[in-house]
Amino acid sequence: MSSETHINKISGTALPLRGNDIDTDRIVPARFLKEVTFSRMGEYPFFDERFGSDGKPKPHPFNDSRYQGASVLLVNNNFGCGSSREHAPQALNRFGLQAIVGESFAAIFQGNCLAIGLPAVTIAPEEMARLQDMVEEDPSVPFTVDLDAMVVRLPDRTIPCQMPDATRKALLEGNWDTTTMLAKNLPQVRQVASRLPYVGNFRG
Amino acid sequence: MSQQTLYDKIWDSHTVEILPTGQTQLFIGLHLVHEVTSPQAFDMMREQGLKIAFPERTFATADHIVPTDMRSRPFLDDQAEEMMQAIEQNAREFAIDFYGLDSDRQGIVHVIGPQLGLTQPGMTIACGDSHTSTHGAFGSLAFGIGTTQVRDVLATQTLALDRLKVRRIEVNGQLGRGVYAKDVILAIIRKLGVSGGKGFAYEYAGPVIEGLGMDGRMTVCNMSIEGGALCGYINPDQTTFDYMKGRPFVPTGAAFDRAETYWRSMASDTNAVFDDVVRMEGASIEPTVAWGINPGQSVGISERLPLPEESGDPDTTRKAYQHTGFEPGAPILGLPIDVAFVGSCTNSRLSDLRAAAEVVKGRHVDPRVRALAVPGSVQVKIDAEREGLDRIFEEAGFEWREAGCSMCLAINPDQLKGREVCASSSNRNFIGRQGSPTGRTMLMSPAMVAAAALNGKIVDVRNL
Repeated sequence: MSSETHINKISGTALPLRGNDIDTDRIVPARFLKEVTFSRMGEYPFFDERFGSDGKPKPHPFNDSRYQGASVLLVNNNFGCGSSREHAPQALNRFGLQAIVGESFAAIFQGNCLAIGLPAVTIAPEEMARLQDMVEEDPSVPFTVDLDAMVVRLPDRTIPCQMPDATRKALLEGNWDTTTMLAKNLPQVRQVASRLPYVGNFRG
Repeated sequence: MSQQTLYDKIWDSHTVEILPTGQTQLFIGLHLVHEVTSPQAFDMMREQGLKIAFPERTFATADHIVPTDMRSRPFLDDQAEEMMQAIEQNAREFAIDFYGLDSDRQGIVHVIGPQLGLTQPGMTIACGDSHTSTHGAFGSLAFGIGTTQVRDVLATQTLALDRLKVRRIEVNGQLGRGVYAKDVILAIIRKLGVSGGKGFAYEYAGPVIEGLGMDGRMTVCNMSIEGGALCGYINPDQTTFDYMKGRPFVPTGAAFDRAETYWRSMASDTNAVFDDVVRMEGASIEPTVAWGINPGQSVGISERLPLPEESGDPDTTRKAYQHTGFEPGAPILGLPIDVAFVGSCTNSRLSDLRAAAEVVKGRHVDPRVRALAVPGSVQVKIDAEREGLDRIFEEAGFEWREAGCSMCLAINPDQLKGREVCASSSNRNFIGRQGSPTGRTMLMSPAMVAAAALNGKIVDVRNL
């Protein structure tokens, strides 16, 4: 995606994945980090939970044909804790997920989602319990994650959602590819550096 | 909002601009790079025609994929070899210092930064690794970042960040015999939870923290991220300054005095204001073992494993029992182990190896146990061998290895097999973390790992 991509609405069906504290080692097992590009990451989300040692698929929401083609991932508390691997949101995104709705996200994971333009919004735990039940019952329910209105929209109701203001602004205004924005201030960066005594190795 | 804390002082003095999004653009004083999370960032730099803004503030090493037995090249694992060649090529092409396998400065990135004196108080530090929080032990603000953010730091030496709140965690009194920094941080995470630190920087303070040496302080700060805190720090003091003296990247003479004055000025003021304060008693901390599938699922050595319905999160506790196969309510004492691992960025420094060696000296590892001692850096290895620790480990039946991340994340030949249970001095007991999807990890101090290795099961190191 280019740095100017404005992200305001994601629509599609949902994939419910239950559990608190789902760590990035579960999302992408570490051995896949030995690849020097992200290009194949879409094959790996929850690999060790989805496939046995014999390579045969196991029952798992990511293998469930009812959720095929889903755009919105529904998760619980502290999703994405652990390792800083950007491979985790890359894998979910390349698998086809374009937004994550959760009860809460771990800090580095949330930063990585923003860095690749993948919106991650939070809703109240009791709302999430209802949504996960609902999608397990009827996987065809259409979802819209609307960052303009900060709501998750369903056919029969609208649920308020949250995300840090700066993150929302960055996605809506297409400022989430930070390098360009940061590089504009390189002269100021050099000024700040010149004021820090350690940058000059404490020369008197 | 916090005021006059070390966090506030470093944040304010490193602020470049408030960005259009409202985030702060923060100058990064030191960028550490390793082989696993950087190749895509260098590729993006090439694609976009970007140059490194401050190559002299960027240092690279290789640690995660490095074999700790046979270091000869090419590596037997083609993927590891390709990754190693990528970091070598990137360091050459972008003209940054690289400490590879032929360097006596090679080692785990969070071990060599402090050891070389690259890590200093009053600094901001970033690295594409969540355990970058380790460097907070020196009174720096140190953040783990993702690969796209690695590109940001390479290209601009800055990051776009949200200001955090500051929680002071005071550990008062003193620690009992056989209780280490590892037990302190496991007890903190147990109390505050694995997501309790979300939105906070942790300031660790109080007599117990101040009484720790730099190695122990690094162990505590290392696991801040396991408590959900993006960074954790300890105010610099005489222990810190004594450690700094004479290290390769630390100034000498009058410049050292100026440095010390600056470092002192960056510590939290006595009247600093915190967003939250938590107090704990050091004497109440036992040798602690994280038995489950996250580092918050731990018990003191005299306790029993929790019943799911009595735990704070019954579903996650049940999930832990599904994976471990342990019996709810069973004593932690006596749980059998197959593998013992002393190492990782949490506990692979000289004092960690000494603590483990003291336990195994003159004794022997249970014949059913595979035991590894893996120094965190080439320099730690040299120092340990000078003291004869290698002989103590080997005579006890441990394998004595070369420097690297080894079995902490197991993307090198050091891995669990099948359902093996590992007593590990590392930082994460996540499902599959040590290389086997069905393997099991229990986290504890190096001394407790050593004691478990000797007995083939979890024991109380204080009773040896």
